[in-house]
Amino acid sequence: MEKNRLTWKVGGKAGEGIMATGIIFSQSCSRGGLHVFDINEYPSLIKGGHNTIQVRVEDREIFSQVKNVNVLIALNKETILLHRDELAKGGGIIYDISEAIEKKEFREDIRLYPVPFNNIIKEIGAQAIMKNNLALGASIALIDYDFEILAGVIKDTFKRKGEKVISDNISAAKAGYDYIKKNFPDDFDYRLEKIGTPGKMLLTGNDAISMGAIKAGCKFYSAYPMTPASSLLHFMAAQERRFNIVVKHTEDEISAINMAIGAGFTGVRAMCGTSGGGFCLMSEGYGLAGMIEVPIVVVVAMRPGPSTGMPTWSEQGDFKFVLGASQGDFPRPVLVPGDNEECFYMTAEAFNIAEKYQTPVIILTDKYLAESHKTTEKFDAGRITIERGVYATPEALAASPGNTFFKRYKLTGNGISPRTIPGMKKGIYTATSDEHDEEGTITEEIEERIEMMQKRMKKLETLAKELNQPELAGPRDADVTIIAAGSTKGPIKEAMIELEKERVRTNYLQILYLNPFPAEKVASVIDSAKKTVVVENNFTGQLADIIREKTGRNVTRRILKYDGRPFYPEEIRDSIKEVAAHG
Amino acid sequence: MVKMPDINTIGKPNWCPGCGDFGILLALKGAVVELNIEPENIVIVSGIGCSGKVPHWIRTYGLHGIHGRVLPVAAATKLANHELTVFGVGGDGDGYGIGMCHFIHAMRRNIDMTYIVHNNMIYGLTTGQTSPTSEKGMRTKSTPSGVIEVPVNPIALAISSGATFVARSFAGDVKHLQKTIVAAVKHRGFSLVDVFQPCVSFNNINTYDWYKQRVYDLETVGHNPQDKMAAFVRSQEWGEKIPIGVFYKVVSPTYEDELPQIKEMPLVKQGIDKVDISKLMEDFV
Repeated sequence: MEKNRLTWKVGGKAGEGIMATGIIFSQSCSRGGLHVFDINEYPSLIKGGHNTIQVRVEDREIFSQVKNVNVLIALNKETILLHRDELAKGGGIIYDISEAIEKKEFREDIRLYPVPFNNIIKEIGAQAIMKNNLALGASIALIDYDFEILAGVIKDTFKRKGEKVISDNISAAKAGYDYIKKNFPDDFDYRLEKIGTPGKMLLTGNDAISMGAIKAGCKFYSAYPMTPASSLLHFMAAQERRFNIVVKHTEDEISAINMAIGAGFTGVRAMCGTSGGGFCLMSEGYGLAGMIEVPIVVVVAMRPGPSTGMPTWSEQGDFKFVLGASQGDFPRPVLVPGDNEECFYMTAEAFNIAEKYQTPVIILTDKYLAESHKTTEKFDAGRITIERGVYATPEALAASPGNTFFKRYKLTGNGISPRTIPGMKKGIYTATSDEHDEEGTITEEIEERIEMMQKRMKKLETLAKELNQPELAGPRDADVTIIAAGSTKGPIKEAMIELEKERVRTNYLQILYLNPFPAEKVASVIDSAKKTVVVENNFTGQLADIIREKTGRNVTRRILKYDGRPFYPEEIRDSIKEVAAHG
Repeated sequence: MVKMPDINTIGKPNWCPGCGDFGILLALKGAVVELNIEPENIVIVSGIGCSGKVPHWIRTYGLHGIHGRVLPVAAATKLANHELTVFGVGGDGDGYGIGMCHFIHAMRRNIDMTYIVHNNMIYGLTTGQTSPTSEKGMRTKSTPSGVIEVPVNPIALAISSGATFVARSFAGDVKHLQKTIVAAVKHRGFSLVDVFQPCVSFNNINTYDWYKQRVYDLETVGHNPQDKMAAFVRSQEWGEKIPIGVFYKVVSPTYEDELPQIKEMPLVKQGIDKVDISKLMEDFV
C-alpha cells in the first residue's frame, strides 16, 4: 500500500464543474496538512470540450505535477479513453455505471469503480450538476481520506449560495462516499491520511502576485480580460473595497496601460496585467512610461502564440518580445518569478524598482504558473519594504525659480532625477513623449539627446548593481548544470530529485531577471560547468539565445517544449540523463 | 488669486502664425485665471498632433503622451487624485480617429474632467491628410479624389454616449470659447468642448471666414440644454448655419461618486506602509 503519495485527476466536459471539483479536492488535502500541486487543462470555450484538473498530493513539499495518475474520475467516457494510459500500476477509475465499459479494454492491474451517478442523484433528490461532488465523495472513500475535511471545504466553497446548495452538495458527496465504502470496501492501494491541521494557503501564481501587489500598496489596477491574466483582474476587483484600490476593467489593453501611466504619474502605485496579445497593444504605452519616467508594473502572463495561438495553454515564447517591445532603447527591467513565493516577493520588489528607477517594470509569468495551485506557506509580509524613490525635497522646490518648469529630468550621476507629482507647488512640469530637456521641454538638439539617452539608460546600470546575483543550487561539481527562468523551476526541482536517485548529479541556476541580465554570473557558471542545458518552453530556445547574446557562451543542449503543455519532471529527467551520458 | 504670469511659460508656442490653436490656448489660460485654480492643481493631458503641444505653453502639470490615448491617461489621473482639475486636450485625429474607442468609453464613464478637442478637420502636423471630421468630397494628400466617407459628428455622438456636458465653440471667438471652457470645468462630470480650429496651412476650406459666416450661438435662439432631443436636433445642423454653445447638459453622478474607495481621501493621499494582508492570506487556507 502507498500512503500519502498519489495523483488524482478528474475529467469531463467544460461546464460540468471540473475545475471547482479539483480545487475542492486540492483544498481538502491542503487542510489535512498535505502538500498539493494541481494543474488544469481546458480548451478556450465555456460549454463542452474536454476539461481536466490533475492534483498531486504528498506528505513532503512538491513542486510540480507528475505523469502517472492513481485515481481518475471520469465524468464522461471520453475521459476514460483519453487518460487510461496515464494510470499508474493499480490505479483506479471512478465512472458512471451506464458507460459501456468492458474490463478487457484495460490493463489487468487497473481497478474499475462503476458508480450509478444518475440513480444516486435521483434518490437523494440532488441536481444533475452535483454529479461532480458525488464522484469526488466516492474518490475520498476510495483513498480512505477524511470526509469531514471535504465537507468543510464544500461548505466554504458554496457559502455565498446558501444552506440548501451547501447541504445538497455535501449530501451528494456523502452518497458517493457511502456507495464506495459499501460496495468496494478496502479495495484500493493508494491512500491519503491527514497529517496536520489547516495552516498553509492553496494559491496560484496570480493569487500570489495579487497579494504581493496589495501588500506593496498598489492602489490602481487596470486590465482587459485575457487568459491567463484574467484572474489577476478578478482577484484585485474582489478586494478593491477591502483595500481601497481602484480597479478598472478598461475598453482595451491600450487604455489599461495608459490608465496605469496616468495613475503612476499622479503618484499612486499602479499595475496592469495581460498576456502576449494584450501586451502587443500595450507596447506603445510601455515605451511612453519609459520615456516620461513614470513608474508602473506590467504583468505579462504568457500563453502560446503566435497570434491567438492556444489561449488556455502554456508557453514561454515571449522572452524576447518583452525585452524588445516598443521602439527605441529605454530601461526595461523584466522580473521572472518561478514559484508562488517569488510571485509574491518579486511583485513587491517590482513596485520598488518601478518607483526607485522611475520606469515600467515587467513581471513575466505564464499560464502554468499563473493558474496552477500549490500549497504555500503564509508569506512573511514583514519582509516587504516600501521604497518610493526620490522625490524633490521641499527645500529644492522652494529654491526653484517659479517662472519656469521644474527640472523633473535633472541630470544626475545615477540617472535618477527627483520626482514631483501634481499638487506639489513649484514642482510643475510637463512629461512629454518627445525627447526633452531637464525641464521636460521638447528638444531635438544633439547634446541634449545624448545626455537624456545616457541618463535614462544609466538607471539600468544602477539597478544592475542593486540586484542579487542568482545562486547556483545543488552541488558545485555536478555532471549537468541546468539554466532556466520562470515556471520551469518546479519541474526542474522535481527532476533533480529523481536524477539524484539515479546518480546523475545536477545543479540549477535560476535566472530571476531577464533584464538587467546577470551576464557575469551566468558566464562563470557556464565556464565552470561540465555540461550545461537550458530548459525552456518555446521553439527556438529564446533564453539560450539571450545567454549567448549576453555572455558569448553556448550551452551543451537546449531542452525545448512548445506543445502548449508545461514540462513534466520525467521529460526533463530523461533529457538530462541523455545529455549526461552522451553530451 | 491666480494671474496670467503664474501660468505663462518662457517658451513661446511654435504653431504656424494664425493657427486656431493660439485662440484655444488663450481661452484656456483665460479660463484658468477666471476659475482661479492654482496651477499645481491642474493637469493637462494631451496627445499627438499640433494640439499636443498645449501643455508646453501653459505652466500647469502636463502629460504630453502618445497619439489617441489622452482620455485613459486623464481619467486615471483624476481617479488617482480627484482633487485635481483635469483637462484632456487633443485633435480630431487624436480623439475622433485613433482614440475614438477611448472617447466613447470615457463619456459613458462620466469622470469629472474637461475634454477640449481642437477640431480642424484635417491632419495638420503630418502635413494635410484627411481626418475623421473632414467633409465628404474634401481633397487631401491621402484622398486626392475626395473623401468618400461621411464625417464623424462628435456632438451627436457625445450626446448619445453619455457625456453629461456637450458643447462646441470656435477658436476665432476667444470670448465664447473661454466662457464655454469655464462652464465645462464647473460642470461635474465629463465635458466635451469641440472647438472649430482653422488650420491655416492645410485646410483652405474651413477657414476663419468660413466659420464666421456660419456659426451662431445656441444661447441666442433659446435652446434648452436640458432637452436631450432638442440637443440632438441641433447637433444635426450643418451647412449655412452651424450652432455653437452648450448643446446638452445634465446632472448625473460621476464615476468618482460611485467609488467608496476614494470617499474619504484621494488614492494618492492614502498611506501604503501598513497594509495588513493577514486576513486575506487566511482566506486562502
